[in-house]
Amino acid sequence: MLYALKIASRYLTANKAQTVLLVTGVAVGVFIFIFMSALIGGLAEFILSRTVGDISHITIQAETEDPSLLINPDGAVLFIAEKGVTRTATLTDAAIWTPMIAQLQGVKAVSPQITGAGFLTRGAQVSQVSITGVQPGQESAIIKLDTYTKEGSERIAAGLIVMGRDLADDLALSLGQSVRVQSSNGVTTTLTLSGIYESGNGAIDGARAYVSLSTARTLFAIPQGVTQIEIKLNDLNAADDIAIRIRSLTGLDASPWTDGAAQLMEALNAQAQTGYFLKTFALITIVIGVASALMLSTYRRRPEIGIMRAMGAKQSFVIFVFVMQGAMIGLLGGLTGAGLGYVALLPFPPRDAFQVGTLPLDITQGSYGLAIILTLIGAILASILPARAAARVDPVTAIGQ
Amino acid sequence: MTALLAVTDLVKTFGSGDVATRVLRGLSLDLGNGEMVALLGASGSGKSTLLTILGTLMKPTSGHYEMLGQDLMVANDKELTDFRNSHIGFVFQFHNLLPDFTALENVLFPSAVRDGRETAAARARGRDLLVRMGLSSRIDFPTSHLSGGQKQRVAVARALMNSPELVLADEPTGNLDSASAMQVMELIAQINREEGTTFLISTHDDKIAGLCRRKLIVRDGVLTG
Repeated sequence: MLYALKIASRYLTANKAQTVLLVTGVAVGVFIFIFMSALIGGLAEFILSRTVGDISHITIQAETEDPSLLINPDGAVLFIAEKGVTRTATLTDAAIWTPMIAQLQGVKAVSPQITGAGFLTRGAQVSQVSITGVQPGQESAIIKLDTYTKEGSERIAAGLIVMGRDLADDLALSLGQSVRVQSSNGVTTTLTLSGIYESGNGAIDGARAYVSLSTARTLFAIPQGVTQIEIKLNDLNAADDIAIRIRSLTGLDASPWTDGAAQLMEALNAQAQTGYFLKTFALITIVIGVASALMLSTYRRRPEIGIMRAMGAKQSFVIFVFVMQGAMIGLLGGLTGAGLGYVALLPFPPRDAFQVGTLPLDITQGSYGLAIILTLIGAILASILPARAAARVDPVTAIGQ
Repeated sequence: MTALLAVTDLVKTFGSGDVATRVLRGLSLDLGNGEMVALLGASGSGKSTLLTILGTLMKPTSGHYEMLGQDLMVANDKELTDFRNSHIGFVFQFHNLLPDFTALENVLFPSAVRDGRETAAARARGRDLLVRMGLSSRIDFPTSHLSGGQKQRVAVARALMNSPELVLADEPTGNLDSASAMQVMELIAQINREEGTTFLISTHDDKIAGLCRRKLIVRDGVLTG
């Protein structure tokens, strides 16, 4: 009803100071809502990027074959082929699957790898390491080696090895020096240190080394295929869905990073729950504020409501006038709060440039639309009680006041 | 003169038990179209209660009330509101205008709540009424900028906006100086003559009552004259 809208807007503009205060109160609530959304979302993003940013989001590993059995018709086991300790399960068709997976929506990079354990020896120093063989040119597909490399280059070629700072220091190795590598298969070779990186993760910096895929084939005696395929996604939260898709498409054992991160997910969920509580309290504050202000307005305007009723205004008209006031306050406060929230978040670095020591506020996770819609709904709900009270005003009593 | 309304054996009791107060005690009244009637009586005699019931703002405890052929005793709140909007106008002792609106907006209110908006035709009629009330220079003034007499004339214009058959005026000049009071009453008399609107005017003032062609006296909840 256009006319009810006019009355409602006139009531709001008639007492500008009160309306400005009310809208400001709602805007502050919305601002808190948006700030909390950006903080909780940004914090989750920051934690995830620091904990799982340098790992594969989906890993496909070769399934270990069960030992061969020879069983006679009555079920008795006649022969068992024991699993060879040095035999590594491989994905022999990796060359077929890799380009296919790379084309899936949401997949950022695919890195076929050969991994295994080994020892690095230099003089009397020996270090146990995890050796990862990657295709030259794909060194930074999963872990950001290009960013972390502090000396030399992350580029890997035959005869070269790249390792973390801690490992190089343990072995007293400098760039360009040679190190003896012995794999768990007993194959030994000598490689030249071509790059030293610092990721900040002790496990990666102190116990991992990268070599070329061809070098890894030699070390682990895998002439064909790879031991695993690591996949990086554009959105790590999509890992579960994309892993299911890969499993259904290829039949391979694709595991999302979330499979081994139950505790992290619990912590993030708890953090998100805290955020929901805080946002809910902000909304409740808005609702109480709007309801109390409109209730006061209802009381103050009782004589006018009585006159309106005497002049033929139906109860529904009176209800609509007050609900519209609530809606306008909610909309104005929502838009103002959302605008202020956005402006306040602008100076903070974007999500991919979060730094330790600063608030990880993600401007893209402000939930602006949600904040405005929830505020509008909350303000409308808050106005229903005062509106019903206004509609029940007895015109005879009210006019006589 | 055709009948406009008829009330029979109207009783109105406020409260109950020991504190029950019977204000109207079987009052009966007939009004015809185009009448201009003064309702006289001492304070507390039941004049205002009678006007409130006739204006469908309050239901009687018992009795019968029919207007324009409709039995208003059985109508619900929504039906009474619609009836009041279309057929009854009010002028109160205190102007009771909406304070945040202009003179014209106040006059348009009964029409706008009926139509859901302020139509061009309604605006034209509203302006015309205010001109007839001598307020052509105050049409778009906020009501807070008007004098008491001007406000009461706006209230009269508002009461006439939907061309009601009946206007109930409860001490319409009680809050005005004598010059303003006579000015308002002359306007009412002019409207009554020109448009045939029935006026029922509650007053203590004999001069005001003198302008009416019929006088009714309420005493102890019944009509005595």
